[in-house]
Amino acid sequence: MHINMKTFKLTVVFVMLLSIVSCNKKSRRNYQYMPNMYQSVGYETYQGSDAFKNGVEAQLPVEGTLPRGYSLYEIEDTNEGYELAKATLTSPIDSTAIDYNTGKALYDIYCGICHGNKGDGKGKLVQREKILGVPSYDDAGRAITTGSIYHVIQYGKNTMGSYANQLSEDERWQVVAYVEKLKADLEK
Amino acid sequence: MKKSYQSLEDNSTNNMKHVIYRNLTSKILHLGFILLLTFSTTLLAQEDPEKGKSLFNTNCASCHRLDKKSTGPALRNIEARLADEQGLDRDWIYAWVRNSPAVIKSGDAYANKIYNEYGQTAMTPFPQLSDDDISNILAYTAAPLPPLPEDPCIANPGGPGCDQSKPKEGSNTLILAALALLFALLALALILVKRTLKRFAEAKDIAIEETPKGTSIWKAFVQNQFLVLVTAIFFLLASGYFVYGYLMQVGVDQGYEPVQPIHFSHRIHAGDNGVDCKYCHSSARVSKTSGIPSLNVCMNCHKSISEVAPETLAEGETYGVDYNLEIQKLYKAAGWDDTEQEYTGDASPVKWIRIHNLPDFAYFNHSQHVTVGGIECQTCHGPVEEMEIMRQDAPLTMGWCINCHRETNVKVKDNPYYTKIHEQLSKKYGVEQLTAAQMGGLECGKCHY
Repeated sequence: MHINMKTFKLTVVFVMLLSIVSCNKKSRRNYQYMPNMYQSVGYETYQGSDAFKNGVEAQLPVEGTLPRGYSLYEIEDTNEGYELAKATLTSPIDSTAIDYNTGKALYDIYCGICHGNKGDGKGKLVQREKILGVPSYDDAGRAITTGSIYHVIQYGKNTMGSYANQLSEDERWQVVAYVEKLKADLEK
Repeated sequence: MKKSYQSLEDNSTNNMKHVIYRNLTSKILHLGFILLLTFSTTLLAQEDPEKGKSLFNTNCASCHRLDKKSTGPALRNIEARLADEQGLDRDWIYAWVRNSPAVIKSGDAYANKIYNEYGQTAMTPFPQLSDDDISNILAYTAAPLPPLPEDPCIANPGGPGCDQSKPKEGSNTLILAALALLFALLALALILVKRTLKRFAEAKDIAIEETPKGTSIWKAFVQNQFLVLVTAIFFLLASGYFVYGYLMQVGVDQGYEPVQPIHFSHRIHAGDNGVDCKYCHSSARVSKTSGIPSLNVCMNCHKSISEVAPETLAEGETYGVDYNLEIQKLYKAAGWDDTEQEYTGDASPVKWIRIHNLPDFAYFNHSQHVTVGGIECQTCHGPVEEMEIMRQDAPLTMGWCINCHRETNVKVKDNPYYTKIHEQLSKKYGVEQLTAAQMGGLECGKCHY
């Protein structure tokens, strides 16, 4: 009887331990030893915050200001702006600063998925018929130029969205250079 | 109508050319007509909706959809609609497609109406499309609305695709039920056999020998001190093992799989469609955090993808998700009005639930690993492209970090940043390949400060 009690107790302890370990639900975070060492006192990226009206810590720059390292793109997002950029805008980086490897790496990530890695408008999403009607870069009706490429990356056009938040200014110009190279290759 | 033609004649030479052009095409058309009749029996065979579909998809679909407003108007039955409502014939369509700015300039009333209605964006000219091409496209747009996709299994129960998914599940449960029944019957049979045997034994007066009851097993166990000691040690060790195991996983969120406010399938996006991780998580290249994409990144594609393909929808059923509803959730959060194709400005942030979170006392930088180190995202995040629901794959413990730093060779090739340090360190350690640990990846201050 005495031993029976002992084994009984041991089994209870054993079962309790097992249940604690197995109760670790997938949809819930685990316990932490010292939460105040784990959780940041300062705001973490994207954290909610009562300090601002829209309830998040991440805020847009104040209107009319530019973050450090950014420069102003003065051409407006209108049809006239597009024509203006197409006709007048040129690349600020000279031929020695153009790095086609960087351009290609970025192009393949951000543009190639629709425009195709060769720029022929046959990216993976087009081939799988998810997105349709992506033009080839050598499309005569559009006749893209340095300025128009940059303008469209900056603001987007028709169903294409803006890529200004995924690519920095310099990266945008590198991609423009690479797109022009693709266009030249297509027109050969 | 007459007025517009009047103005057309009054206008510049550009329009004159335009009219001549029109006559010219019709002449060419007539010639083509005769040629056609000599070579083919039916004229209708020339208007090929299939060809039209591929032409439509390559040239028109970026701005037009058949049944829904997009950048430009919907195009289903456009030829018939233009003829009925505006009295415009095919020649007008040819002129418009090949050079819409010229038609607008000519003062054509309907052209200007459309131009103003769609934000004064002229349609891109398509001079490369021939009359035949445009006819084919028009044939495609004139194709009747496809009937609502019915469940093919109702019409054709034995057809392909019907013996998948649901019926398969059903057959599985059926097999299980049959097995359970079989086992129950077996057990019943055994009990019955035992009972009859006993009855036989009683009837024939055969005494069943009962095993003599010796000392009970528990008493024997207590009397054997060695056994008691071994068992005690065993239980102590076992409980020690489990307690240690439990304490070690406190604060570790491996396998954490929260329910997100919008069901986002990495399997579809990164797996099936092959969208690069860095397309959405673009700041992983250049900053500490990998970045949760803002909704405009979603809208880059979902502006055109408002519904998933029927196959994808069927896949979703196996996960219990309606992907189309999830896209609607995105539209609501982004404030996108899909019917009017414009932003309403009524946006609300999506409260994604963070999965990977290092404790505050550990520093981790994505760009350092992704861009400088050239490490694949999957090394730490696991096979994300196969995950329907995102989860934490790695334990993210210090031991796990250290292990990787010890085992991973730094990619120094083609990286001028490392050239000098690699020369010095490889000489110091006498090795050709340096691990992250040998480059200082184990120093406390690298991650804790």
